Amino acid sequence: MSTYNKMELMVCAASRELLDNTMVIIGTGVPCAAGMLAQKMHAPNLVIFFEAGGAGPMLPTMPVSVGDSRTSYRATMATTMLDVMELAQRGAVDFSFIGGAQIDCYGNINSTVVGDYRKPKVRFPGSGGANDLASLCKKTLVVTNHDKKRFVEKVDFITTPGYLQGPHSREDAGLPAGTGPYRVITDLAVMDYDPQSLRMRVISLHPNVTIDEVKVNTGFELLVSEKLAKTEPPSEKELRILREEIDPFRYVIGRGA
Amino acid sequence: MEKMLSGQGENFLPFNLTEHRKSLQNKRYENKVTTVKEAVSKYVTSGSYLATGGFGCNRIASALLHEIVRQGKKNLGFSGHTTTHDFQILVAGECFDRCDAAYIVGLEARGLSKMARKYIESGKVKTTEWSNASLAWRYKAAAMGLSFIPSKVMLGTDTFKYSAAKVVTCPFTGETYSAIPALSPDVAVIHVHKADVYGNCVIEGLNNSDTDLAKASKHVIVTTERIVDNEEIRRSPWKTAIPYWSVDAVIPVPYGSFPGNMEGEYFSDEKHLQMWLDVEQDEKSYREFVKKYILDTEDFYEYLELCGGIKRMNELRAEELMISSKKGI
Repeated sequence: MSTYNKMELMVCAASRELLDNTMVIIGTGVPCAAGMLAQKMHAPNLVIFFEAGGAGPMLPTMPVSVGDSRTSYRATMATTMLDVMELAQRGAVDFSFIGGAQIDCYGNINSTVVGDYRKPKVRFPGSGGANDLASLCKKTLVVTNHDKKRFVEKVDFITTPGYLQGPHSREDAGLPAGTGPYRVITDLAVMDYDPQSLRMRVISLHPNVTIDEVKVNTGFELLVSEKLAKTEPPSEKELRILREEIDPFRYVIGRGA
Repeated sequence: MEKMLSGQGENFLPFNLTEHRKSLQNKRYENKVTTVKEAVSKYVTSGSYLATGGFGCNRIASALLHEIVRQGKKNLGFSGHTTTHDFQILVAGECFDRCDAAYIVGLEARGLSKMARKYIESGKVKTTEWSNASLAWRYKAAAMGLSFIPSKVMLGTDTFKYSAAKVVTCPFTGETYSAIPALSPDVAVIHVHKADVYGNCVIEGLNNSDTDLAKASKHVIVTTERIVDNEEIRRSPWKTAIPYWSVDAVIPVPYGSFPGNMEGEYFSDEKHLQMWLDVEQDEKSYREFVKKYILDTEDFYEYLELCGGIKRMNELRAEELMISSKKGI
């Protein structure tokens, strides 16, 4: 069995969620590595978009910015931000892939402030494109490290909508039907959302991780799927492609040591 | 839960359509080539509302931003649409005191700017929240000559609550939308690949929101990698991303996006950007850094020299083209 670090595991687990012949808008870092890996493994016709206007590039290396020249390298189109966002607004984009500082049980994300908005203890970048993507794309995936500081009962600020206050609240707020949080992939487990309560639910534990360990690192009550699975460890092929072709300089996977 | 119908954030630049139609006088077909100094001194007045083109560290008008700091412009309004290094430069001069915040204080995967964070956390800057798309739609509304655009973003979130958007109902279908108010910046600074002396601009790659921004703004200052003959524009007019009638001033500034990326020309200088982030950890070193690289430099050429000059630019060009710089280009 090959050895791997937790970042490699997260990238592999995330990439498997992206299906062939679908469209995804992604950010830099883990989401980008996951999208590239999916293309080279099981989803050669996964179309990757970036919010600055990169549409369907043949990514040569990992971009450092969602607007750098790699994001339009040998692309189908180099266009505008609104062209990409409006594609999602008219329902054509299957997945979006984002990060965040805090997440709650309904998948609401805070990337704006810690503390009071008017007197912030810490100011973060704000929405960027995250609110747009989670509002407009059908399925939103989140990749983040799993700890109590991130997985909180109540986020200080809802930057980006998950299921808001629970069942019906996305619809009541006017967000498009058929959109919402889909998966959360961490260094411990993979979560989805219970179809009735729309609360976060563990569906797969990573190798050598117990359910107690996941719960201890979560600041809210986590549901557990009746069909709790074990995450397949990264395969030799996944690791080789990831290390040699996608991230040879270890920008992403180097952070998982 | 009660439905939020109106964001409580301040609209820093309320839009008036009649005024807007008067203020956007078409710019003349005349030679607009000037200097960075003159353009900034003429069009960026303290108190005015500024927007930057490009995407944070990509195709940004660094020379104009440095000059805004050097000339000590203060109390600007600022549109934080996808802003990263551009934001960081303006923070160095504490140039703005109100900010429409969609993406600020960070440099994407590179991390957060300590000084930018500190500036916002200090309470010296009033902020109103937006998302990247909603802020882009604010430009688009003004570009279309409309006072708002309906959209499906921000609904139900605190981003909406602290924005200056409102919830509206479609008169035809009853559908709920967030109404995004138009934004017409007083001045936009945009860096492009090519422009002729009249201000017809070609962007060879990602546009982000610049075509709309140029249409929306009262004044547009363009820096360009190179000035081209008007004939070159007229040979392939479909490539014109910004036409002369939107542009007030044109300045040739080769490597003008440095240390940002310029598509097809040079990659971002990650070492320099990292140095900037590192030096921000210590107030004294940071002040010396800003003095050396911006305040004490005569112009952007001097800054480029301090950063390694043409030799460094060649390395970044090799990096952009993904070829080995050791063999020379």
